[in-house]
Amino acid sequence: MAAHLKKRVYEEFTKVVQPQEEIATKKLRLTKPSKSAALHIDLCKATSPADALQYLLQFARKPVEAESVEGVVRILLEHYYKENDPSVRLKIASLLGLLSKTAGFSPDCIMDDAINILQNEKSHQVLAQLLDTLLAIGTKLPENQAIQMRLVDVACKHLTDTSHGVRNKCLQLLGNLGSLEKSVTKDAEGLAARDVQKIIGDYFSDQDPRVRTAAIKAMLQLHERGLKLHQTIYNQACKLLSDDYEQVRSAAVQLIWVVSQLYPESIVPIPSSNEEIRLVDDAFGKICHMVSDGSWVVRVQAAKLLGSMEQVSSHFLEQTLDKKLMSDLRRKRTAHERAKELYSSGEFSSGRKWGDDAPKEEVDTGAVNLIESGACGAFVHGLEDEMYEVRIAAVEALCMLAQSSPSFAEKCLDFLVDMFNDEIEEVRLQSIHTMRKISNNITLREDQLDTVLAVLEDSSRDIREALHELLCCTNVSTKEGIHLALVELLKNLTKYPTDRDSIWKCLKFLGSRHPTLVLPLVPELLSTHPFFDTAEPDMDDPAYIAVLVLIFNAAKTCPTMPALFSDHTFRHYAYLRDSLSHLVPALRLPGRKLVSSAVSPSIIPQEDPSQQFLQQSLERVYSLQHLDPQGAQELLEFTIRDLQRLGELQSELAGVADFSATYLRCQLLLIKALQEKLWNVAAPLYLKQSDLASAAAKQIMEETYKMEFMYSGVENKQVVIIHHMRLQAKALQLIVTARTTRGLDPLFGMCEKFLQEVDFFQRYFIADLPHLQDSFVDKLLDLMPRLMTSKPAEVVKILQTMLRQSAFLHLPLPEQIHKASATIIEPAGESDNPLRFTSGLVVALDVDATLEHVQDPQNTVKVQVLYPDGQAQMIHPKPADFRNPGPGRHRLITQVYLSHTAWTGMPGGSEAAAGLQLQCSHSKMPLDGGW
Amino acid sequence: MPEIRVTPLGAGQDVGRSCILVSIAGKNVMLDCGMHMGFNDDRRFPDFSYITQNGRLTDFLDCVIISHFHLDHCGALPYFSEMVGYDGPIYMTHPTQAICPILLEDYRKIAVDKKGEANFFTSQMIKDCMKKVVAVHLHQTVQVDDELEIKAYYAGHVLGAAMFQIKVGSESVVYTGDYNMTPDRHLGAAWIDKCRPNLLITESTYATTIRDSKRCRERDFLKKVHETVERGGKVLIPVFALGRAQELCILLETFWERMNLKVPIYFSTGLTEKANHYYKLFIPWTNQKIRKTFVQRNMFEFKHIKAFDRAFADNPGPMVVFATPGMLHAGQSLQIFRKWAGNEKNMVIMPGYCVQGTVGHKILSGQRKLEMEGRQVLEVKMQVEYMSFSAHADAKGIMQLVGQAEPESVLLVHGEAKKMEFLKQKIEQELRLLPEAKKPRLLHGTLIMKDSNFRLVSSEQALKELGLAEHQLRFTCRVHLHDTRKEQETALRVYSHLKSVLKDHCVQHLPDGSVTVESVLLQAAAPSEDPGTKVLLVSWTYQDEELGSFLTSLLKKGLPQAPS
Repeated sequence: MAAHLKKRVYEEFTKVVQPQEEIATKKLRLTKPSKSAALHIDLCKATSPADALQYLLQFARKPVEAESVEGVVRILLEHYYKENDPSVRLKIASLLGLLSKTAGFSPDCIMDDAINILQNEKSHQVLAQLLDTLLAIGTKLPENQAIQMRLVDVACKHLTDTSHGVRNKCLQLLGNLGSLEKSVTKDAEGLAARDVQKIIGDYFSDQDPRVRTAAIKAMLQLHERGLKLHQTIYNQACKLLSDDYEQVRSAAVQLIWVVSQLYPESIVPIPSSNEEIRLVDDAFGKICHMVSDGSWVVRVQAAKLLGSMEQVSSHFLEQTLDKKLMSDLRRKRTAHERAKELYSSGEFSSGRKWGDDAPKEEVDTGAVNLIESGACGAFVHGLEDEMYEVRIAAVEALCMLAQSSPSFAEKCLDFLVDMFNDEIEEVRLQSIHTMRKISNNITLREDQLDTVLAVLEDSSRDIREALHELLCCTNVSTKEGIHLALVELLKNLTKYPTDRDSIWKCLKFLGSRHPTLVLPLVPELLSTHPFFDTAEPDMDDPAYIAVLVLIFNAAKTCPTMPALFSDHTFRHYAYLRDSLSHLVPALRLPGRKLVSSAVSPSIIPQEDPSQQFLQQSLERVYSLQHLDPQGAQELLEFTIRDLQRLGELQSELAGVADFSATYLRCQLLLIKALQEKLWNVAAPLYLKQSDLASAAAKQIMEETYKMEFMYSGVENKQVVIIHHMRLQAKALQLIVTARTTRGLDPLFGMCEKFLQEVDFFQRYFIADLPHLQDSFVDKLLDLMPRLMTSKPAEVVKILQTMLRQSAFLHLPLPEQIHKASATIIEPAGESDNPLRFTSGLVVALDVDATLEHVQDPQNTVKVQVLYPDGQAQMIHPKPADFRNPGPGRHRLITQVYLSHTAWTGMPGGSEAAAGLQLQCSHSKMPLDGGW
Repeated sequence: MPEIRVTPLGAGQDVGRSCILVSIAGKNVMLDCGMHMGFNDDRRFPDFSYITQNGRLTDFLDCVIISHFHLDHCGALPYFSEMVGYDGPIYMTHPTQAICPILLEDYRKIAVDKKGEANFFTSQMIKDCMKKVVAVHLHQTVQVDDELEIKAYYAGHVLGAAMFQIKVGSESVVYTGDYNMTPDRHLGAAWIDKCRPNLLITESTYATTIRDSKRCRERDFLKKVHETVERGGKVLIPVFALGRAQELCILLETFWERMNLKVPIYFSTGLTEKANHYYKLFIPWTNQKIRKTFVQRNMFEFKHIKAFDRAFADNPGPMVVFATPGMLHAGQSLQIFRKWAGNEKNMVIMPGYCVQGTVGHKILSGQRKLEMEGRQVLEVKMQVEYMSFSAHADAKGIMQLVGQAEPESVLLVHGEAKKMEFLKQKIEQELRLLPEAKKPRLLHGTLIMKDSNFRLVSSEQALKELGLAEHQLRFTCRVHLHDTRKEQETALRVYSHLKSVLKDHCVQHLPDGSVTVESVLLQAAAPSEDPGTKVLLVSWTYQDEELGSFLTSLLKKGLPQAPS
């Protein structure tokens, strides 16, 4: 693995280097004959417009350098004037736009020309393209007010064009460049200053829907650029909501949303009545109405935007979940209301009567509004929509609104629970996650809990695990609820034994959240009897463990509970406290010694001493320089041991402790290597002795790579030190090789490579060099000119002395450092059943692993499969296989396909050897790093 | 404006025997041709003599359109085409064309074989009738003849149900048939574009009902089935072969799949199997979920649902059985019901409406002791549940569709008169239909008539083409101002005044002393007789009439006092 790791990192190294070389070669190309000339020749050669177009197309594929852009532009313009064919002119215009985007080229010089040709152009398509070019120029020069003004004028002039394309582009230009200040600056010609908003607003009623859309988009663009839109736009936008075209409506919804965020509190009148309401409420009602639009694109848009309208008043918000039911003009209660009523009246299961939902009161026909102007039932519609995109958007919006309003959260619960039965898994998952997010605000009723728990039988693992997490943070109101949850979870456990860990964890939280509710259940759960001793349950039964986890966690905050335990429960507690310490908390048991006094609470909460200890031990290492080699070695060894122990004890400090320990170990190895006798003896005699030194060098390299890539939160400061250490290891390697190999030829290459590395080091970390006072590299760089010219033998000599003299660099501790780690949950190691598969065929192996603190796992994590014959196979899991259950945590659930050709290594192996054995335990998780 | 005449031959203000005659601009179209379940005499079919008294059907009707395969919309078709005699085209969608003959044949069998009716249409007639059918695709515009065109829209309700737009010239009518605005497990929601027809003929079965969300019902249904099965009970679901049966099958199938259940589900054989076959074929007509996943697996290829055999009813252990017919009045469902009724662990779920007099209706109304034939008394101990899975649009849905189509007027059919009255009020109140639909737009242009061709072109182009010079019509007006200063100064004052008032217009002061506002020209002149007053000549073109008259009225009010 180490070798592999190294190889990969080398690969990365070379990859990083390459682009620089490429840039260098590019620069050389500049001296070649200029592009413009070549283009000119090409275009002159062209006999027909089609030919010219071909040349231009070819030309467009190659990049043009900033220096030659100007020339090319001139040539293009020249041809533009001559050209009769609109398609060629169009291409030239688009090329102009492309070229003006070239970095390092200032396009103001071509603007005049572009505006000029714009005035004489007849073809609408070319006009549109030219305006696009102007837009590119304008966006390139955001500071130049005069140019922007001029461009806006040009755009205004062409707004009256008959072609929608031209008008589109004009509006786009206005949106992107229109001046933000409303100040009345006058043009030279005495033209009144243009109010961009008004101009754009006039095109809201254009006859072409594309232009209308462009106008709204331009308005939104203005808003994005920081212009405060007028409130008058609101009315215009509202009219556009009933447009015939979906793209117009979709854009209008956005615009309304923007305005409602700008002027939430201003008052608008309700048409056909004297009442007035807040603008944000009115907008909310209008957007709600769009949730039942004919086009699903608009519906998605509307549903999404609803979520971010948090200022809306609660009265309107709650209407979204309200849909007045009636049957034959008589008011009917919704199923939700009925469920609630049944629950509160105490009578539960029902529905046995026909007409249980029979309508009650008569409805006043005049009062029923079938199309409520307001928000009525928007979410009811959204959640029932035909397209799952709309449903997901609605669920997301519900989530956001519920997070900001607890009363709304309570109300939307029923609807979210209903979504657990959606036909599309994505929607179900989304609604479970939503529920989890708002679970602080809610308490589940028993009947709701019942529905939620029914989903535990889902065959999708994601759904079940999401639900477990939801249960972790749910509030349950009654002890029956807890019992119900436990029973369902146990049912789940028997049906899907793989969920064991997740269920235990879930019960842990459930217990610690509801100690008082668990208390009355304890005798029943433990099946104790007041008079008789009951049989001792099987300790290895996952279901029994699950029950115990629930009880022990509840007992933590409920001191009366342990009194109800029977003898074997205490024994089991001791066992579980040891074996599943992350699930079972320490309990204070009456009349007994604390079973786990070693980890009694008195030690744990004090964090400072250990932090101090860490600091002290690291400071001790400072004095390393002044000690004799023997003493230094001992000090390092002690410190490493201390750190390792500390890391084991204190999980929060594990990352830091490990990190520093690794660094110190490298130093220790280096010192040891330098203490070797071989340095004092003539080289040829001690070929074998050098093994230790070269092994040390190798190990240091390996450790430094681990330090660099296996920890998250490593900062640049540390990277420098790590690289410095690696450089030392490389020097050591060079010296050892020099001493053990005869002949200078290989040495030349190595020397050169080493010097190159030093050069890289210097280039990469030039900013950090001042911190490296007195270090190996510091000295090395001083002597660099000498090293460059001297012979390998000499170099080696210099290096050797420098290595010995160089100071030990102190490793500054990063703020947050965590060791990346991976645990393979499945396949379990040391499985008794080896995996069998037929040669040539494929077998799928489920891999389930948790990754902690791995950055960008999609690209860095691979699965390695080692076959018994030593073959290794790297498998890249799909990005979709990674789930992100929490910060810094990733879950990899994937399938690895194993296949192997016939066993070749077997004595007398032939095709007859059909069955292959493969131990499951050897799929490892190497962590691969990349830059 | 040519008039549109609508004559309902059936289902005008009731449900069943849908048949509506529409005449638009001389074209006659018959919409649906259904039978009535409630009658066994002549009244079961629409009265075609209304048409035939004036001649043959084929001569009168330009085409017949069938919206979907339910018998109350297509049941009279063979009678109409073969026995009364019609040879013109009959339009329906592909799924309707496929399933319709199966149902007609089934209907015929029951009427002739079971009830022994004579003078009923024969199998051959059904076949002949189906030969006259022209199948259409969704959103396909079919030219029936030069002037008449029809177009189908998706309607939900059942597989292949469609709404039809009938268009003659600029007049159009939309007929909805039956439709559903809320999607279910196998079909999507009805959709129509903003076609702004002159008339929208819509069903109104649930004109006075607003329904609860479908999810609650589904959840209840699944929960009840699941609980019963877990207890070890048997569940009987009486259904009709097509429509709801498939929806419930999908519902249970996906639930079984999700929950990993192993309890067997059976479906009674026969008609249903055939129908399921068509459901598998017409995937584009189903909902989003089925359409998206059918490449991996066709949802109608049920994994957990197997064909039922009579012997299975006596098997021990839990099971779920779908059996026909849906009202428990005869056949397999009744047989199974009699076997299972005695056990309180079992359950029967009625997913739809039951007609009075059927066993289904009796048990739903709470009867626990049933008298069967032969004086037997059957005690019903099993649980009885009712759950409505209806696929018609409710009042909100109807309003939504009306809102989508934006018709000039709406005609309600296929519902009860009283309920329609309510919905009518609501539509009038809330949608405020009419003229806005086709709003007039102002257009400047010239109509050129040349070689009996009409062309509408811009005026400039017309002038150019005809080689005419443009005439300008200018209005001029004199405004007297009291101003003792010189003309130049007066002009300057006018300029600054206008500049401050007309911010949106381009006001310019020309070097010759005159002021222009767009095309309006203002000149100050001093009349010789009175030095105290100045005459302001205002002149504007016809196009700028509005601005010109505004300016004169503005100037007549006088200039503001000049700052001294």
